Amino acid sequence: MPITITMPALSPTMTEGKLANWQAKEGDSVASGDVLAEIETDKATMEVEAVDEGTLGKILVPGGTENVAVNTPIAILLEEGEDASALDGYEAEGGAAPADTPAPTAEEKGGDLAPKAAPAPSQNTKAEPEKLGDRIFASPLARRIAKDAGLDLGSISGSGPHGRIVKTDVEEAIASGGAKAAAPEKAATAPAPQAATPPPEGNYEEIPLTSMRKTIARRLSEAKQTIPHFYLTIECELDNLLAMRKELNARSDDYKISVNDFIIRASALALKKVPTANACWGGDKILQYKDFDVSVAVAIDGGLITPVVRNADQKGLAVISNEMKELAGRAKEGKLMPEEYQGGCFSISNLGMFGIKEFSAVINPPQAAILAIGAGEMRPVVKDGALAMANMMSVTLSCDHRVIDGALGAVLLKHFKGYIEEPLTMML
Amino acid sequence: MSDMNFDLVVVGSGPGGYVAAIRAAQLGMKTAVIEKEHLGGICLNWGCIPTKALLRTADIYTLLKHADEFGIKVKGASVDLKKTVERSRQVAGQLSGGVKHLLKKNKVTVIDGHGKLAGSGKVEVSKDGKVVSTVAAKHIILATGARARTLPGLEPDGKLIWTYKEALVPDVTPKKLLVVGSGAIGIEFASFFNALGSDVTVVEVMDRILPVEDAEISAFAEKAFKKQGMTIHKGTTVSELKKSGNTVTATFKDKKDKTSSDTFDRVILAVGIVGNVENLGLEGTKVKVDRTHVVIDEFSRTGEPGVYAIGDLTGPPWLAHKASHEGVICVEKIAGEKDVHPLNTANIPGCTYCHPQVASVGMTEAAAKEKGYDIKVGRFPFIGNGKAIALGEQEGLIKTIFDAKTGELLGAHMVGAEVTELIQGYGIAKTLETTEIELKQCMNLCLTLMVRSSTCRCKLFRQHMNVC
Repeated sequence: MPITITMPALSPTMTEGKLANWQAKEGDSVASGDVLAEIETDKATMEVEAVDEGTLGKILVPGGTENVAVNTPIAILLEEGEDASALDGYEAEGGAAPADTPAPTAEEKGGDLAPKAAPAPSQNTKAEPEKLGDRIFASPLARRIAKDAGLDLGSISGSGPHGRIVKTDVEEAIASGGAKAAAPEKAATAPAPQAATPPPEGNYEEIPLTSMRKTIARRLSEAKQTIPHFYLTIECELDNLLAMRKELNARSDDYKISVNDFIIRASALALKKVPTANACWGGDKILQYKDFDVSVAVAIDGGLITPVVRNADQKGLAVISNEMKELAGRAKEGKLMPEEYQGGCFSISNLGMFGIKEFSAVINPPQAAILAIGAGEMRPVVKDGALAMANMMSVTLSCDHRVIDGALGAVLLKHFKGYIEEPLTMML
Repeated sequence: MSDMNFDLVVVGSGPGGYVAAIRAAQLGMKTAVIEKEHLGGICLNWGCIPTKALLRTADIYTLLKHADEFGIKVKGASVDLKKTVERSRQVAGQLSGGVKHLLKKNKVTVIDGHGKLAGSGKVEVSKDGKVVSTVAAKHIILATGARARTLPGLEPDGKLIWTYKEALVPDVTPKKLLVVGSGAIGIEFASFFNALGSDVTVVEVMDRILPVEDAEISAFAEKAFKKQGMTIHKGTTVSELKKSGNTVTATFKDKKDKTSSDTFDRVILAVGIVGNVENLGLEGTKVKVDRTHVVIDEFSRTGEPGVYAIGDLTGPPWLAHKASHEGVICVEKIAGEKDVHPLNTANIPGCTYCHPQVASVGMTEAAAKEKGYDIKVGRFPFIGNGKAIALGEQEGLIKTIFDAKTGELLGAHMVGAEVTELIQGYGIAKTLETTEIELKQCMNLCLTLMVRSSTCRCKLFRQHMNVC
């Protein structure tokens, strides 16, 4: 049976890459270890080697194609004794019946493929969810220990080669309470990343999961199921801040400070005032961060990502503003390095620009808090016993109760509000 | 002098140092290695490799003595010691040349001389006691290795009382030989000279030989050595070595303080090693030394920023492959490579190339129990293995230790023919975190020595999949 060659993940965090060129041609016989193609990521060009021996039957994704999702079939290898006829009716990853979808050949000419689209999933229109993508790499011992502990491997991230889950990962997950939390909810936990069973009939289009979508599904399911969330909302008056912003922005063209930049700095400074809230749950301990790194959720094509403004307590507004612009720009181009979006102590999610008045956000594990920012708008307020108008903004803090108790979260918000309402104090 | 500024300077070119240097060069660092004697260090020149060459002669000679059993008539087989030693030196020389070539190919600068820390980011190179140059490096790896330990009253003289170094280039086959110490080094020399016809006595202070191995394996090996004619005194120390003319009289003291003595032609001291920490410029730095070995963290960092140590210079186990592995991890960490994990000492195999061979990886039965594991032990003697019987080497034992709860392979211990090759299978299994279930499912070729070990597992779990 022909062997499907898929886009490899060159690092645990890689979701897609550019298939730079093919080193082997269709019809070439290849031995295990021969270089088939070169893949480019932001960081490096890597060679894809043949794992099996055979003849390169068909190239599914032509050289030069960008943004090829990991696990997308890129070629079909014929085993010894098979000829091209074995390709008839054979579909990469053993998907749907050939009658339902055009034969791969129809799409493989390459010319009319939109370069942005990951070509292969389109063949999979009615196929099963991709098998390889769902496979969880874990050592036999890790599997066994996880099974005995009633722990879902999908909720564990691996530290072994290529993200393989090894014994220590499972042991850490058990120690951090993952096992206990997951066990009673096993039925609910397990299907979560794979989504509920789709309705058997109806008019719908099936959209294959990207790696980012899977990660979002897995991490946020884990967050809502294992983190005891609670929510605190507070209103902040923005008039002073808006005035100051206007004045600062009028002084120079080198920066254009946004309200969000003030929020980033205010969050870091508030955390600095309440260092015990700058922490995360470590299973049998609490880990209190020494730095004040603020993750900022940025919506991008197909999902979201949280670039981190490091040491935001030590940076001025102009620096934060320019850094954030640069990070958000590259985030949207999918060019962030893992170290630029991993880590962080605290997150900010801002939907104010969409006119959302207030909302509560899901904590971004392993962090223990996220601040949801609503829109700044003119609202009637009572000032000195009289009705007045002010620019107001509601923010909601989601806290991990294992780390942050209600009073602690409230103190954190009080300081945050203080900085926002008296922005001059942020300059100290 | 050409540019003497490097990203990395490695002091010492043994299996730790040269491997670290090559890995660094591969990762794009400008690298130099400083060596005062031989490229390849002790392992290649005065350790593992030349002893393996000598032991090969011993193995062939032993086979020839038993040729008749295999239907081969051999008359007058004898060992030409001079030629045996020459071959061993030639093997070492060839490999040392190979290291030189590898370093050159990877553009590692080789500096001839003794390296010594000389202030932050600097190494002073001296030759014959005179400073010849100073090189600058962002990172410095100390890989100066170790040498034979000497005990007070038991000093080697290089003539009658040898260390490994003299024992590797013997001028005579001692008629009567005393080996002090029964670790891997002592036992390999004992096995070599015993095969060549020496009357060998081994003295060990612990209550069993090969003390780091599983007790059952130690006992099995001891029995085999005694059968070959060795005399073994356990729980015994040598309190005095008295030279007179061409002989040495040794005084032994056992645990009950009872003394006895015997006279030997030669004595080999193999009572452990001490780290080469002297004259490295460690004084005034934050590098800590504990009982002649440099203290390091899991990524080989010493207390001094930019200074690292690997291999025998650091803690046990003192094995060449551990040094190489440590060097690679250290360098990859320096280079900021991703997914660099500390060395897992539980997965380091150890081998002794005596006859029968001894090999092991992971915990002994006693160590596993001490750690509180509930264990399952599998045993299989070679006498039931087809290949071993056909080879005429049915003396052997494989012992496997599993965690009864998780099925984790905790340790594998072997004595017998070719076990130093077989151990690698268990090494891979252990590194991949295999449990007994996968081992059971893994089919061994019928006619291998390994086939016994699936029986070993079958016995353990009462499942029969063995086809041979």
